[in-house]
Amino acid sequence: MDLQELNKMSRIPLPYSQKVIDLFRNPKNQGKMENPTVTSVAGNPACGDMITFYMKIKDQKIIEKITFESYGCAANIATASIVTEMIKGMSLENIWKELTWKKVAEEAGGLPSVKSHCGILAVGAVKRAIRKFYQNESSVPSWIPQDLTYEEKQAMEEEELAEKLAKKLNVPE
Amino acid sequence: MVENVKELIKAHEGLKHEVYLDNENSTIVPNEILETMLPYYNKRAYGNPTLTHKPGWEAFETIMKSAQKISDFIGAKILEEITFTPGATEANNLAIIGSTFSKRNNGKKIVISEIEPISVLHVSEMLKKFGFSIIKIPVDGKGFVNLEKLSEMVDKETALVSIATVNNEIGTIQPIKEAVKRVKEKNPNTLFHTDASDAFGRIPLNVIDLQVDMATINSYKILGPRGIGALYCREGLEVEKILEGQIGTQKLWPGIENTPLIVGFTKASELAFQDFQLNVDYMTRLRDKLLNGILDELSDVKLNGPKNEKRTPDNLNISILRCEGEALTIEMSLRGIYISSGSACSRRLLQPSHVLVAIGRKYSEAHGSILMKITREHTEEDISYVLKELPVAVKRLRGIVGSTRVE
Ligand code: FES
Repeated sequence: MDLQELNKMSRIPLPYSQKVIDLFRNPKNQGKMENPTVTSVAGNPACGDMITFYMKIKDQKIIEKITFESYGCAANIATASIVTEMIKGMSLENIWKELTWKKVAEEAGGLPSVKSHCGILAVGAVKRAIRKFYQNESSVPSWIPQDLTYEEKQAMEEEELAEKLAKKLNVPE
Repeated sequence: MVENVKELIKAHEGLKHEVYLDNENSTIVPNEILETMLPYYNKRAYGNPTLTHKPGWEAFETIMKSAQKISDFIGAKILEEITFTPGATEANNLAIIGSTFSKRNNGKKIVISEIEPISVLHVSEMLKKFGFSIIKIPVDGKGFVNLEKLSEMVDKETALVSIATVNNEIGTIQPIKEAVKRVKEKNPNTLFHTDASDAFGRIPLNVIDLQVDMATINSYKILGPRGIGALYCREGLEVEKILEGQIGTQKLWPGIENTPLIVGFTKASELAFQDFQLNVDYMTRLRDKLLNGILDELSDVKLNGPKNEKRTPDNLNISILRCEGEALTIEMSLRGIYISSGSACSRRLLQPSHVLVAIGRKYSEAHGSILMKITREHTEEDISYVLKELPVAVKRLRGIVGSTRVE
């Protein structure tokens, strides 16, 4: 590790917004769901940060119910809670077109820059779930491009990075 | 962002009991020490110790007496072996840069351990720019430096070895005396520095007995004020100063000595060493009460670092599995208990504590690690309060983790 990397390793002050703290204390829609239509996971068990969404999807392709579980920091828990509130009752198509991590971060009252990835992970997991839902139905609509969205890519990159780091530092898993 | 912090602090209103356990990163200075310091700001010895007037001479006398006391506490021969610095970071920089840049030293290799404090890691890494190569000795699962490897890596090129006496995160007490012996056997010219910040005041520490060339100690690690520490340099050792400026009473550190802080540091040392064994036994008892209480209440908790007499009495570092550490520090803070974590989520590069990684902890184990340090100022009630709140906090966070698969 070079000095630049070492410097970044230091601890950072994390002035979370009141909203993040409130949702961290009382997250909405938290917990496992029995018989969800679709579930998706983002994050890497090797490094910790992990988020799971459970969704119940109605016939009209609308999210009837959504819950989450998070093995992440306060920002991760809060943004997951925000995402569930934002997309409950929305159609999958509208979610796909409108949900971005920037909107989630705004809704959170801003996130410390190092914590953007926690929000990205949450949005990435939701988009993954939607893609998976249509793949399961074997009828992917045209508004879902083959290429991954920004958040899906970021989630994947984070998973790969975590794996690489774990290898580089020679951590037995 | 400062606005946010205001709100964060407000969220803590109404706390009935507060327990500060983050003594790794700063400390509460007891009144007794503060009161000793105060007169030195405006009643006496407030002058520049190098000048020819009463407040100056008073300052000079105060600083020399303090250096004498500190040198006695670590078993140094003469007070001139003590250089006061603004803290352990500066003392470590002075030791490592100052000794490797001295003319007498021409080796270009520096040997450290994988679990050195951040300041030692950073300054060694920086020295690569000046042609030094850095070798890191691995540690075992409890954090003990591999002595065979150490012997093997030291050669005629080795200018300096720096290994902390006690690891600041997991409390491992290194066999420094043996390490020095092995290093000097391989190369008598290799200098040995030890950051003893986490040893000073907790385990017997004698620089002559250990045969180290340099040792760092730090005030806030023994309940003294922040902003002051010291480097012991064996008499006759050639060390260059690393900062330029007006030289005061000390050869190796320029600028006007901070007399009140030096007084506070000295008072903190006196208090740590008076009733030394009593303090140690007291800290050990509280620490063990805390650990055992946690183990009784919570499943899947692992102790990081060694047990019993190979661990300093103040240190408690545990991994609480299926519970993320950064979230836990916040959850605990809202309950008035202040701790730190080695979780990747609390770091800039999102990498877990290098110490936990070096002892072979999995990422998921480091993810739930917390560090707490006991001082003699803590009470039984403090520990009981932590034991009441921590399990509730952990259970809440584990509830959020739910069945999300973790290793
Ligand atoms: S989940 Fe690890 S930093 Fe947010």
